[in-house]
Amino acid sequence: MALQEATEPGATRRRFYLGAIYGLWGIISAAFALPAFVYLFFPPRARQEDQWVDAGDISKLDPKTPMEVVFRRNRVDGWKMLSEKSTAWVAKLGNGQVVAFGPQCTHLGCAYHWDEGKTEFVCPCHSSIFSIDGKVVAGPAPRPLDRYESRVEGNKLKLGRLIEGSENKKA
Amino acid sequence: MNGLRDKVITWLDHRTGVETAIRNFLYEEIPASSGWRHVFGSVAVFLFLTQAFTGALLAFNYAPTPGEAYNSLRYILTELTGGRLIRGLHHWGASMMICVVVLHMVQVFLWGAYKKPREATWIAGVVLLLLTLAYGLTGYLLPWDNRAYWGTVVTTQIAASAPLIGQYMSRLLGGESAVGVVTFARFYGMHVLLLPPATTLLIALHVYLVRKHGVAPTPEDELKPKVKFYPQQVFRDTVAVFVAFVILFTLAVVARVPLERLADPTDTSYIPRPEWYFLFLFQTLKFMQGPLEAIGAVGLPALAILTLILIPFVDRSRLERVSRRTFAMAAVALAALCWTGLTVAAVATTPKPDLAEEIDFSGPTDWMQLSPEELAGLGYFQKEHCESCHTVGAGNPTVGPDLASTRRKTAAWMIEHFKRPSAMVPGSPMPPIQLTTHQLNALASFLLKLNQNNAESLLATPSFAVNGALVYHDKMCNACHMANGVGMKIGPPLNGLGNRRTRDWIVKHFKDPQGTSPGTIMPPYKLPPQQMEDLVTYLLSLPG
Repeated sequence: MALQEATEPGATRRRFYLGAIYGLWGIISAAFALPAFVYLFFPPRARQEDQWVDAGDISKLDPKTPMEVVFRRNRVDGWKMLSEKSTAWVAKLGNGQVVAFGPQCTHLGCAYHWDEGKTEFVCPCHSSIFSIDGKVVAGPAPRPLDRYESRVEGNKLKLGRLIEGSENKKA
Repeated sequence: MNGLRDKVITWLDHRTGVETAIRNFLYEEIPASSGWRHVFGSVAVFLFLTQAFTGALLAFNYAPTPGEAYNSLRYILTELTGGRLIRGLHHWGASMMICVVVLHMVQVFLWGAYKKPREATWIAGVVLLLLTLAYGLTGYLLPWDNRAYWGTVVTTQIAASAPLIGQYMSRLLGGESAVGVVTFARFYGMHVLLLPPATTLLIALHVYLVRKHGVAPTPEDELKPKVKFYPQQVFRDTVAVFVAFVILFTLAVVARVPLERLADPTDTSYIPRPEWYFLFLFQTLKFMQGPLEAIGAVGLPALAILTLILIPFVDRSRLERVSRRTFAMAAVALAALCWTGLTVAAVATTPKPDLAEEIDFSGPTDWMQLSPEELAGLGYFQKEHCESCHTVGAGNPTVGPDLASTRRKTAAWMIEHFKRPSAMVPGSPMPPIQLTTHQLNALASFLLKLNQNNAESLLATPSFAVNGALVYHDKMCNACHMANGVGMKIGPPLNGLGNRRTRDWIVKHFKDPQGTSPGTIMPPYKLPPQQMEDLVTYLLSLPG
């Protein structure tokens, strides 16, 4: 802020003072702002969660009707490791492949359910409809249902990370 | 461009008066003798702002309840980028604040700047000093490690010993029965809700009073014209603030503030010590015993505070040169001497803590969960240089498979593989490992525990633990003792040994078991000094 013109004989000295004041405070501000930014915006070096969890027996899975499975998985929540209940909708597709969908609608995260009559997944919030293979049939949902990484060992279904629907569309 | 800026400033000034206010503040007239000695107040304000800023950042990732507090602080230190720096700044900022506030006070005292009509300014300053100390006292508990816990046990007991009000103080601090959740909530509440606004208000009052009465002149100033606060004095203040800033950042980066063991109320071996600036009070208490104790704990500090407050009313002499104020200088010298003497005495009489007590628990401590055999396996892993052919979790691909993520084989398979690699994996280029079956067992058990989550931290296990476990495994201590749930129970279990025995005792016990525990069936062990030290440190570090 130019509060007074430098007209006195000590103009050079005055300029030096001003430069030092602004320069030093600039360094100090940057030195605090930078670590604060890194501290707040960099993701934590989180411990990896358990990769594969057992989601139960799928020998009785009907190819036409998806099944809701409940399983426990560990989740890192800040400084805590939570062991919490999660759900997945498990479906057997026409080609015999077993897929597990994340339990939330890809529109705004409401819990959807299987409509036996229509044989479709229906979201109660904004009427998004998904087919048994997770594709959007109708409604505002922007992408197919999210899928868990999955593999079948014998009759047991193992689930890994939840992958966004737009990623698994290509796969 | 300039025209627009002036317009904006004028517009703002007409609506808010902010430019006029800044102008009045900066162009305040100060005595011609003003100089470097007047910078301490500004530095103290800077440090206060630093504490507020770093404190708020810490609070963003901190759970203010016992136990959780410790875990969240560990999270800040080990998992958040810059977390250790922010905590370091807050920790060292507190110490620096005490130093600067005291320097500020000494300067004012030496020059007699508290004299009429500046008594109220001085008293506000004394109260600010007390608030600064209150931050230190309440903040000390918040990491909830052993140091925090035991330090606060002593603090609350001292408060409880105050005559008449002791019982009420104790209730107020929530420390009636023990230091626990209530005490913690009270301390945290004071530290973040009560003290900051109180300090802000008092600083405002203090600065207002300085401005109202003007900076105290010296006798030489009477004939000289006054000068402006801006820019020369602002320049000096800025340079001083910058020096403080450099010192603070250096300390925060270089001097690592440890996090000790989680607070353990059953730990009978812990030696509580207050923060360095309270050591002189702590030492005073040692000289005051029996009925004198209440005087030392409460009476003397109260008297000291009262004396400080009364100084401007006792010394009503006229303004004089600082060089003539010999009595004031003598008083400062005496106070400094007493403080230094007591502090040095306190430091000198503090027993050197066991190495195990110095383990920094803010680093990864996954190794503490391993059994001695598994930890010894890590030792063989390192001795055999397995890492020259295998990656563990991260790093560039090498000849051998990544040991943290390969599908688990059984221990028996691994041991056969170690002995004759190509027998289990046809065509394997791995050379046979020249170790005994006993040692290969340990190596296999370690590899079974290794996974991608713990690989990095396990490989960073301190060397005393690895070497100690190697000795432990080599001497087959597990044939009689249990550690981390593994081993026989013929001898006493070794977990929590640090709470029961001193380092000296354990060393003596190894050399001559009959001497320390008559009738024991433990055979004597003659170990080279380094092995002995590593083993004992490792044993002391076993979780209790």
